[in-house]
Amino acid sequence: MIKLRRKVYMAAGYNTVSMGTGRKEFHPKKPRPGLEDYIKEAGKGTLDRLGGAKNVDEGVIGNFMAARFNNQGNLAALIPSIDEGLRWKPCTRVEGACCSGALALAAGIRSVLAETAEVVLAVGVEVQNTVKAVYGADILATAGWRKERKTGHAHFFPGKFSDRAGACYAKYGRDKTRRAMARWYRNAIENARLCATAQEHGNTQKELEAQAMTEPDPRTFVEHLSVYDCSKVSDGASAIGILSEEGLKRCGIPKTDAVEVVGLGQVEADLTLPPEDPARLETTARAAAAALESAGIKASDLGTVETHDCFTIAGVLATEAIGLAPPGQGPDFVLAGETSRSGKVPFNTTGGLVGWGHPTGATGVHQAVTLWEQLTGKAGPAQIKLSPERPYGLSVNMGGDDKTVVAIVFRRGA
Amino acid sequence: MDYEGRLGNVAVLGAAGKMGSGIVLLVSQEMADLSLKPENRSKTFVLHAVDISHQALSGLMSYLREQVRKGAEKKIVALRAAYADRSDLVDNSEIIDAYVDRALDIVRPTTLIEAAAEAGAVFEAAPESLDLKLKLLAKCGGKGPKGPWVFTNTSSIPICEIDEKAGLGGRVMGFHFYNPPAVQKLVELIRAKTTLAEVAAFAEALAKSLRKTVVPSHDIAGFIGNGHFMRDMLFGMAEAERLSKEMPFTHAVYCVNKSSQDFLVRPMGIFQLVDYVGLEVCQCILKVMDPRLPGQGLKSALLERFLGQGVKGGQNHDGSQKDGFLRYEKGRIAGVWEPEAKRYVPLSELQVDCDKKLGPLPEPGLAWKSAVKHPAKDKALAEFFCKLAGMKTLGAELALRHGSRSKEVALALVSDGVAARAEDVNKVLLTGFFHAYGPVNDYFQVKVAK
Repeated sequence: MIKLRRKVYMAAGYNTVSMGTGRKEFHPKKPRPGLEDYIKEAGKGTLDRLGGAKNVDEGVIGNFMAARFNNQGNLAALIPSIDEGLRWKPCTRVEGACCSGALALAAGIRSVLAETAEVVLAVGVEVQNTVKAVYGADILATAGWRKERKTGHAHFFPGKFSDRAGACYAKYGRDKTRRAMARWYRNAIENARLCATAQEHGNTQKELEAQAMTEPDPRTFVEHLSVYDCSKVSDGASAIGILSEEGLKRCGIPKTDAVEVVGLGQVEADLTLPPEDPARLETTARAAAAALESAGIKASDLGTVETHDCFTIAGVLATEAIGLAPPGQGPDFVLAGETSRSGKVPFNTTGGLVGWGHPTGATGVHQAVTLWEQLTGKAGPAQIKLSPERPYGLSVNMGGDDKTVVAIVFRRGA
Repeated sequence: MDYEGRLGNVAVLGAAGKMGSGIVLLVSQEMADLSLKPENRSKTFVLHAVDISHQALSGLMSYLREQVRKGAEKKIVALRAAYADRSDLVDNSEIIDAYVDRALDIVRPTTLIEAAAEAGAVFEAAPESLDLKLKLLAKCGGKGPKGPWVFTNTSSIPICEIDEKAGLGGRVMGFHFYNPPAVQKLVELIRAKTTLAEVAAFAEALAKSLRKTVVPSHDIAGFIGNGHFMRDMLFGMAEAERLSKEMPFTHAVYCVNKSSQDFLVRPMGIFQLVDYVGLEVCQCILKVMDPRLPGQGLKSALLERFLGQGVKGGQNHDGSQKDGFLRYEKGRIAGVWEPEAKRYVPLSELQVDCDKKLGPLPEPGLAWKSAVKHPAKDKALAEFFCKLAGMKTLGAELALRHGSRSKEVALALVSDGVAARAEDVNKVLLTGFFHAYGPVNDYFQVKVAK
């Protein structure tokens, strides 16, 4: 169990737009901002709120595959491009597939715990629309084990989660599971409509659940999922400050404008082994349990969750893995409306990966920014009302097919 | 020789042209797919892409490289299965590259038509002239029923004439792709009385494998597609000339074009369609049809005059529209040709006047784009045309006359034996011309049979 030996906070979050299909301004053939533009926009946004680069001791950047999406490596050295004042400061780039963002947070948290930094600038970024989806699938597939690529699906990860969905259909019933996945989609889009940076912000479709019940077509895609079950291909970046109490003082940020990191769980599974039970997210369950234990709370204390719904089925299964729904009853939990913004535990309140977008390396940081906004009352039209009895927010960021998982428990600073 | 054997060696004549390049694309992909079957791995597939210009053939190869790749990207799921035994090809990108290489290896660009003599099947896509087609086919080898099977892309010349004059002994069939062949779903299959049964069976199997919508047409000049289009075009031109007694010619062209698009809920106006096809192509087709269907007035002095003035229409290599009856800017109509002054009159000089003369569209409007995907299309169209019939405007009058004429032409195609059924004519207009409704419908009345 990770015992936090010192108080750690997050504040000053910033999200760029999640750019890609769905956004009106997105045109695949027109020039768009690049990797460095996104890093700069998000980084500057957070630096402004931290009182400038002078207040920052260290930078950490999470990114999955800029080396292939953008032919760019050595991303740590792009942190000083955000602001001159960051030059010569220690910076690190971390990678753990789609969990890279939360790994950046974990690295920043460790620096604050180690007292080597009072203020860390954490950035997550991915710019994926540089290649067509069919080639992007090759790049994303590197989050899986290379030796499985040849026998894997053309769309490797949709294939993996299609297998998981298939296992759930067999175990718990196809119709109910598909209806829960369609409800998940509807919640995601309805939440995204409330957030101006969300990729699906402009979605005006009325019959969302009916649309999401579109039958999967294995000839062109995978066996058990349709495109509505998938997160988006996105360009985007998010940034947030990770601070000690002293750091907050230095930046002039009141504790109530910050969230406290009260629990951290970080779990790694073996990339070369298949899941024991594809109908269960075991690594997610272990990470969530570790985070809750670290925070000294129970799942029933959670007021809101940002979970890694790279596919709708992953969202549904996360309700079980976190311990909010009993095993096998995730679909019932979702269908009962418990994860919607008016439900018991609102999930993914700005749309999650399906609705807000999934700039892979940025997602973990985006989740933290969303929870910071929700817990400090800065979520604007997407704001939910939290019950004082359940003041905790949980983020779950997953890399690969439930291989690298970081879960963090937050509470508003006081 | 079976279907696959016949496709082992193919020639396309006029391969670098607009139709030819599309046919090369479709057939080379079909051949590449066949070559991936385990039992065909050791066989060689060859497609001779024959054209007169090396430059055009080089353009064809660039076009193929781009289009085969796009096709491969779309069928990646099937390709991964086809390449499952190739342990060296792991990523999608490697598999797609391998497929593109394979398809392009099949295609042999050449200016030597003699290469076609060894082919099992020849796709002929030369310009619409019987003499030229006969000249080319004479070089393709074979006599009587022995020799390559010929699939001609003619859109108007009777197949039996080609068969007889080229001495093909029945090994010929009309395989009329629509433009562009790779995109357009429609294929008109024209079987001459003399066409051998096995040739017809091959054509049907190929069309099916290419996932085309097949409409059979009888072997009468113009077939169904041009049988309707040419008469529809001549009607539009006659309407413009009739109107030009009351208004400037350019205004008349604008009014007829607009009424045949917006008031008739068609994808483009009749003059824009003529420009799209190209004035020369239209003229060639009329020259085929008129002598074979005498007394029907299938000729146009207007086309002759415009072509004499160098007004041609058609498309540039990049697919952009060349100026014809109308002038285009970024694909939008920007002017109308004035044959007296020999210049384009800018739209700004006539549009306001003409739109006033045409009058408003029925409310609520029904644009072609929304009509084609309307969930209750038939009802929406019926309401639109019902309101149109009650309007006493020039636009409504022109559209009603045009809609009636189109229906009359379609019914005549059935009664004259060109089409077996009214549904076939409708299918051609719906699929090949992207109309929102078939010409045989309840929206328009046919008053007097001409």
